[in-house]
Amino acid sequence: MSADALDRQIAIPKESLLETARRLASEGFDNLHCITAVDKNESIELIYILYSINKHACVTLKTQLALDDLAIESLANIWKSADWLEREVYDLFGVKFLNHPNLKRILNPDDWDVHPLRKDFSRPDLIKKPKY
Amino acid sequence: MAVAEKIPASGLIEKFPGGGIVLTTGESVLKWGKASSLWPLTFGLACCAIEMISTGAPRFDIDRFGAGVFRASPRQCDVMIVAGTICVKMGDCMKRLYAQMPEPKYVIAMGNCAVSGGIFYHDTYSVVKGTEALGIPVDVYIPGCPPRPENLLFGIIKLQEKILKESALCGRKERRVR
Repeated sequence: MSADALDRQIAIPKESLLETARRLASEGFDNLHCITAVDKNESIELIYILYSINKHACVTLKTQLALDDLAIESLANIWKSADWLEREVYDLFGVKFLNHPNLKRILNPDDWDVHPLRKDFSRPDLIKKPKY
Repeated sequence: MAVAEKIPASGLIEKFPGGGIVLTTGESVLKWGKASSLWPLTFGLACCAIEMISTGAPRFDIDRFGAGVFRASPRQCDVMIVAGTICVKMGDCMKRLYAQMPEPKYVIAMGNCAVSGGIFYHDTYSVVKGTEALGIPVDVYIPGCPPRPENLLFGIIKLQEKILKESALCGRKERRVR
């Protein structure tokens, strides 16, 4: 599956994500495997891996987000699995998903204001070391 | 070592020669009972829990030491085996579970993560640096990544020795989560 997905990558601007996703969903890509992100320092790259169960086909969508505008349309209305996956990306990278049904942290404590997988994250004092 | 010396509290309980009478003190019997029926909490956090499960299975058979009755409720437990990495969110659950356990209660920190945070000690964003860092007092530390089942059994034997050496029934300091 993975080699297949790497073969078929589509790089899109972030404005056309919703349109592309709807098109792919109507083409039979019924399973949103994975949403993840890579911090490239000047931008954050979002990666969506889609799978079609009937066609045994895989496709990867990639889009770049500028650091000063970390917001993109949510795909939770198209694939329900996007709900938690987008929450994870929000939790770890701080990407805001517009029109998401329930955009809050999924793994880390709710009261944190940091996004730990960002390259500029450095908070050695976040977890207290014991006194001994 | 003679076989009798390996039995917990042997020597504390004496059979009266030639008769059906047993001589002992109430405290000795109580300690012997406490040490011989350590019921652990069914509580696994990470990969060390697999070793804990393995210890409970017939090959290593934790039941030989009376510690095989894994309870699903903290209110029925004597010992909490902290088996695995403690995340920040899980730390709150652990504090609550520890507070729900009735006295006398004991804690075994199993594995490097539960001892000190282990490989997650430096530069991590979500792992508590060991059980003591949560304010939960630990009786026995078992290092290893993960410790083998034999090490856990050794830790339980050490805990039994500790219980048998406790000075008085009410001598334990009241333990509260800080």
